[in-house]
Amino acid sequence: MAVRRGRRARAEPVLSTHQPSERQQARERYRRSRALRRGSVAAVSTVVVLGLLLLGVVSSPGWDRVQRTFFDWQDAKDSVGPITEAFWLNVRLFVVCEVFILVVALVVAVVRVVPSPAMAPLRLLATIYTDVFRGTPTLLVVLLVGFGVPALDLAGAPTSLFWLGVIALTLSYGAYVAEVIRAGILSVHPTQWASGRALGLSYGRTLRHVVLPQALRRVTPPLLNDFVSLQKDTALLSVIGLVEALRQANIISNRDFVFTPLVVAAVLFIAATIVLARLADWLTVRSMRREAGGL
Amino acid sequence: MLRIEQLRKSYHGTEVLRGIDLTVEPGQVVCLIGASGSGKSTLLRCLNLLETVDDGTVWLADESGAEQDVTDPRVDVDGVRRRVGIVFQAYNLFPHLSVLQNLVLAPTRAAGVSRQAARERALALLERVGLADKAGASPDALSGGQQQRVALARALAMDPEVLLLDEITSALDPLLVGEVLDVVKGLRADGIAVVMATHEMAFAREASDVVAFLADGEIVEIGPPEQLFDAPRDPRTAAFLARFRS
Repeated sequence: MAVRRGRRARAEPVLSTHQPSERQQARERYRRSRALRRGSVAAVSTVVVLGLLLLGVVSSPGWDRVQRTFFDWQDAKDSVGPITEAFWLNVRLFVVCEVFILVVALVVAVVRVVPSPAMAPLRLLATIYTDVFRGTPTLLVVLLVGFGVPALDLAGAPTSLFWLGVIALTLSYGAYVAEVIRAGILSVHPTQWASGRALGLSYGRTLRHVVLPQALRRVTPPLLNDFVSLQKDTALLSVIGLVEALRQANIISNRDFVFTPLVVAAVLFIAATIVLARLADWLTVRSMRREAGGL
Repeated sequence: MLRIEQLRKSYHGTEVLRGIDLTVEPGQVVCLIGASGSGKSTLLRCLNLLETVDDGTVWLADESGAEQDVTDPRVDVDGVRRRVGIVFQAYNLFPHLSVLQNLVLAPTRAAGVSRQAARERALALLERVGLADKAGASPDALSGGQQQRVALARALAMDPEVLLLDEITSALDPLLVGEVLDVVKGLRADGIAVVMATHEMAFAREASDVVAFLADGEIVEIGPPEQLFDAPRDPRTAAFLARFRS
């Protein structure tokens, strides 16, 4: 379609030659001085609080030993290579899981909202699925799938740890994400359903073209939050024997009797989630501004 | 075109419509007036099948004059809605689509019109409601009057035979009411039957063929606008109109 949704129309700024009055200039001087004051209070108090915290940790009696075992620069440099390499497995797991989770969650959410009688058995299954997997600790699901599925000896059942891990995380997170999407669908105002149906669009098409696009846009920030959590939960798969970042760090730390590799792994996880977390924040602020602007 | 017989509807035991009889000829503009809560909106929602009626019948005639009972539960609901459009007080445009996409969605997805044809028709309709330059805009960048004109164009894009208008100017600033009503006046030329719930008495007097006054879920008085406005027979009609004149 040639005519795309345009950028939000904004009034063109009118260039003004108006000189602020004496009174207005005084107001602005006052506001500037207040802002400066506020900024300096924030800066000073941040430095003081962080400095005290640091001082408290560093001056503790065991700090020397902690520094040697947890924050040793040489140990960090030695372990960062293999751990980063193992972290790629976490990244691959995360990306593959994310795709599967979105598909499963979308299907489950839609099945749960569609009132068609033919869907009744599916609706029941979808409800049981979300109840069961939202209520089971993710670690337990990982153990059950990781050790249980291969033990079944089913023909065609995956035996690769990677895929067993993907299945476990997808099952667990699919239930959460399905509920988020369902909440998004239910949050779209009933008048949107009414105007879609009133134009002669069927239930399915109203859902597909009118309601879902609005729902998904609305739930993107909370969804990203779930994915931040998924990113670090890939570490749970170490318990079924996948040598991902945490497992690799553990191996080195057990070999050399130091904990620095675990800190290295933590830094990698934090670095990866921070990107997604900031994206989620930015999207939240943007959608809030959108909702406010739409009034 | 539309023949309504003894239509009844209640919500939670409260009777909102208590036996409505109304006939709308092709191309006629029928205005429903009456206080809030008198049943105007419910009547319109029943005609578009957004509500299931409790009793009575709505007959919808096609070009050959053959009548179909649209209150029959076996009816093709989406098919009826394609022939009977409705515009709401709160516009209800699709906020995630551009103005043009709002107009193109239903014809392409519900009526099987080709994308190209739907687009051309949509642009022509936008031209007609005076918003050709807003085709690419997002609905929330438009004023209330502009949004309501888009909502009218969106309903017209389905090429309906009957158009139901539910207090479409009630949320608008008096200056914007005129621009919307001008579009409605223009519909007469198309031969579309219009049933309109409204509080715009001047418009009802000037532009309608039939005015019906509703109170407590019944049509108290119905007739040509001159008769209803200048010589109301029922004291309740006179009392209602007197409140508007003062």
